Amino acid sequence: MLTIHAKKQRDGFTLDVTIDVTTPGVVALFGRSGCGKTTLANLIAGLLQPDSARIEIDGVVLEDTRTGHCIPAEQRRIGYVFQDARLFPHFSVLGNLRYGERRAPAGTRRIALDHVVQLLGLQSFLQRRVKDLSGGERQRVALGRALLSQPRLLLLDEPLASLDVARREEVLPYLERLRDEFALPIIYVSHQFDEVLRLASHVVLLERGSVVTQGRLESVSLHPQLRAIVGPDAVGAVLTGSIVGTDPQSGLTAIAVGTGRLNVHLGNAVPGAMVRVQLLARDVILATQPVEGLSVRNMLAGTIAHIAPDDADTDMVHVDIGGGHVLARVTRGALIALALRTGMPIWVLIKAVSIRGHAFLAPLGDAPTS
Amino acid sequence: MLSPAELEAVRLSLSVASRSVLFALPFAVLVAWLLARRKLKGQILLDAFVHLPLVLPPVVVGYLLLVLFGTRGPIGGWLNDVLGIQLIFTTAGAALATAVMTFPLMVRAIRISLEGIDAGFEDAARTLGAGPWDRFFTVTLPLMMPGVLAGAVTAFAAGLGEFGAVITFVSNIPGETRTLPLALYTALQTPGGDALAARLAAISFTLGLLGLVASELIARRLRWMLGR
Repeated sequence: MLTIHAKKQRDGFTLDVTIDVTTPGVVALFGRSGCGKTTLANLIAGLLQPDSARIEIDGVVLEDTRTGHCIPAEQRRIGYVFQDARLFPHFSVLGNLRYGERRAPAGTRRIALDHVVQLLGLQSFLQRRVKDLSGGERQRVALGRALLSQPRLLLLDEPLASLDVARREEVLPYLERLRDEFALPIIYVSHQFDEVLRLASHVVLLERGSVVTQGRLESVSLHPQLRAIVGPDAVGAVLTGSIVGTDPQSGLTAIAVGTGRLNVHLGNAVPGAMVRVQLLARDVILATQPVEGLSVRNMLAGTIAHIAPDDADTDMVHVDIGGGHVLARVTRGALIALALRTGMPIWVLIKAVSIRGHAFLAPLGDAPTS
Repeated sequence: MLSPAELEAVRLSLSVASRSVLFALPFAVLVAWLLARRKLKGQILLDAFVHLPLVLPPVVVGYLLLVLFGTRGPIGGWLNDVLGIQLIFTTAGAALATAVMTFPLMVRAIRISLEGIDAGFEDAARTLGAGPWDRFFTVTLPLMMPGVLAGAVTAFAAGLGEFGAVITFVSNIPGETRTLPLALYTALQTPGGDALAARLAAISFTLGLLGLVASELIARRLRWMLGR
């Protein structure tokens, strides 16, 4: 179990967060910049003094202000990867990797240097100077350095934020790999929803120091306040399903989601594997009866669970597809013309191509929504 | 090439300057660290106090040293009675006066380099398990080394020529406290000493220039080694 309760007065707002999740798994702290994500990360690491806090990881209490118990940052064994990497410029890559490893208490060494070097692909630049590394390489070394300090928790503070898109794509697979390879609890701070989609099992949505909502990504993706953070075009329900199989002719992979099936383009589909897809609300079409003669490859039956105003002239329709919800953004005109209302049976249409690119292998420990 | 008296003055100057640097350096690092990294009450006062020798007439510094470290002074008396150390009229005393005068130069150089080091490196070392002393010696000190060395060499070069505080505190004794500038001053006071004075001035000039160039070269080399 990972239990975090922390309170700290900041300029303009009070950070007040409570998180209770099972370990291992990836907890994403998600929110706009300035919402208190990094403050919370520093409180967890012990680099900041909280007003009140209780932090416990797998039975070890790191801090409890009620009893006055506080393990200093240097003994917390929290592997912190900073946004700006903070590799020591006076050491080589190897020197940086060894820094935390040397200081890890005897008896905690279960992550070996060779393993980390191979996993993160660091073989070719162990002797290089930090100055000569690219941004992506730096973050990989920083990840390795944190891992080798034999942490009980990995704390990643926007490790990809300072990288351009290509470099982010270079580092993301390594993050996925280390998540799946070591059974370590991970806290991942981010303001990029696609990173959360790929990595997280539990999402904490932060706004001005408070938790707006938290839980599985599938339910957080339905929360109305997410729109303000990711923007209207990135809003969309996240569904998890298992791969049924790939049709050799069309190349489309069928995924069992709820009581229905989604046909999606996937890279390497392994039947039985869990997959997470996001259906962007702006790409979802609603129909009051089954439609034929359309190029749309996905048609799911459902019932309207809830309708909420979205914009001045659009509404967000929540459709229950049996074991999961899909969001559809429709114009007010369509809402009136189709006489959409709660409880009404409805058909959900999604183009296979609009799902493509939003399908990722589901994170470790994630269960299907059904 | 140099006469025995000239050599003696050069040797004394080098000895006084190096002793003053060795003595003052640890304190300078400590004070620079306090000023740059700790937000203390009375920060401004400490800062002003450290920089006083830059603005005070050197004679005043020499006089204050005489009051404090003279054989009857509160500190000098104790040193003399308990440890048998006499500072007044000695090379060690000249080194102390030089250390006080060059202290602000050293603190300034070290502090500037320390302020240029992101405290985030120390935080990173902390999360990797390094305690306060550990991270000071493995992260902070190596990264501030260019400043430490630049400060030391600048203070050394300046220390070769400290005059006012030295002559006030430890007088002008051949073979003991008559450093380059004091020898030069003596030569000027002596009829027919012009040629000697010119030669001593040239030596001072050369040593000072060498010191400053060395300081810059060392700093550059270190910055390169530190990957900046």
